[in-house]
Amino acid sequence: MENTKLHKVDLIFENDGTCATTVLDKVLSRKPEEIINDMIDSGLKGRGGAGFLTGLKWKFTRNETAEMKYIVCNADEGEPGTFKDREILDRVPEKVFTGMAIAGYAIGAKEGILYLRAEYNFLLPKLERVMNEFNKAIQDKKLDFSIDIRSGAGAYICGEESALFESIEGKRGEPRNKPPYPTVSGLFGKPTVINNVETLVYATMINKYGPERFKEFGTKDSRGSKVFSVSGDTPNAGIYELGLGMTVQEFVDEFGDGDTKAVQIGGASGMCVPRKKFKDTIIGYEGVPTGGSMMLFNSTRSMYNVLHDYLDFFAEESCGQCTPCRVGCQQLLKGIQAVKKGKQKPEYLETLKKLAETMKLSAKCGLGQSVPNPFISIVDNFKEEIIY
Amino acid sequence: MTEVKTIIKEKLGKFGATREALMPILQAIVQEKNYLTEEDMVEVAEALDLSAADVYGTATFYTFLDIKPRGKYVIRVCKTISCHMSGKDEIIKTLQDTLKINVGETSADRKFTLLTANCMGWCHKGPVMLVNDEVYPELTPDKAIKIVQEYMAKE
Repeated sequence: MENTKLHKVDLIFENDGTCATTVLDKVLSRKPEEIINDMIDSGLKGRGGAGFLTGLKWKFTRNETAEMKYIVCNADEGEPGTFKDREILDRVPEKVFTGMAIAGYAIGAKEGILYLRAEYNFLLPKLERVMNEFNKAIQDKKLDFSIDIRSGAGAYICGEESALFESIEGKRGEPRNKPPYPTVSGLFGKPTVINNVETLVYATMINKYGPERFKEFGTKDSRGSKVFSVSGDTPNAGIYELGLGMTVQEFVDEFGDGDTKAVQIGGASGMCVPRKKFKDTIIGYEGVPTGGSMMLFNSTRSMYNVLHDYLDFFAEESCGQCTPCRVGCQQLLKGIQAVKKGKQKPEYLETLKKLAETMKLSAKCGLGQSVPNPFISIVDNFKEEIIY
Repeated sequence: MTEVKTIIKEKLGKFGATREALMPILQAIVQEKNYLTEEDMVEVAEALDLSAADVYGTATFYTFLDIKPRGKYVIRVCKTISCHMSGKDEIIKTLQDTLKINVGETSADRKFTLLTANCMGWCHKGPVMLVNDEVYPELTPDKAIKIVQEYMAKE
């Protein structure tokens, strides 16, 4: 049955037979300021999860004066439940590179670097081939810009933008203090635009069709469409590009298996939405934002096991640099184990929630700051499953 | 086998003797020898004018830059939530039985190392494993055995 509440979109993977680089001819015939204004007008927010206005990021970086600026494509996709960037890089890599070149032209950068997670190394031969062709093609268009690829080495934290810079610079992938933000001091201390893979493809498509086409989808706070990675208890696991702003109920009606009790939106660092809140929760910036990970759980799943998996993940992937995150992740994990085994009273969960709140306030980067999202939303909504 | 010296020289040619060359050098050594020895790290440190501790500190930060002897084929089974839900435990057990090693161990002939890893981005097609850079999604115990047997037959 066709679900009329979901807007299926075909922009990211659209294939109308034209080469993505032809968009560059149009871009190069316009002023960088016009490109940036269109990007701001489109309302596109970063598709990696944090959701900063892409056009504004470009504008800030353009306004910096420096002899060197960089465009970095964040292809360190690692949020559990997310696999859209792999699919995008595999199917439409030239659109990603084109987006990088557009950003480069807009902010005045000559170098672009794509940072690919090591788990996706099998994509390298293809990406390098397409990249070499692309670099040649933009030379012919007289655009002073070239792209190179760097590999990660198995660290979730390197998806955090400043940790990613550290990694490219040959250091431990430990996040930096902010400010300064990358637009001022990013890779090698130079003004840098760092965008997610999907964001860059939308930049290509917005420049191809104009911002109006993008604004047809979504809501006031969540413009456009987004690629969702759907997994878990669903008969339709996979990649779907959908307009933003639907409710979780509408999503579950399409993708659920009829017995969905919770949806984890935004991966391990996202929010768990229980059945009773499906109708009132919007997927987007006015509700629960997401980098695209949508994981469905049916009534056969123990939410204790789900939370345990997430905490185990964070305890391993915390870079260990700041105490709230390093110790916090471990203690939250030990804490729920103790409650489960009866070594701590159920009330101890309240103490753990306070610890989680402390992490939100005091952790240095997004990793530690977002551990409370799954922790509190699962503990609050599925307390019995955590205790018994 | 490409010598560490050759690897260093090649990467310095591309990046210069800067710290930026460190990750590409370490990655290339692991690609070639499957892990980093102390001697390798000292050699890299000298070439880049860094302290050996700095190189060690960087290498040990990253899961894929092993400093323990590893087999020729490093198998990494995803253990994160979706793969957990789709049966990674069974896959791991099958691999342990087939390879006769536990997770974290390397076979006596240094051919296989069995590890677990966090989310590899195949949540809709779990369980999944990597053998070096090759990816194998939608595993069943039978499929996993077949894949491993193919590697066993290889050099």
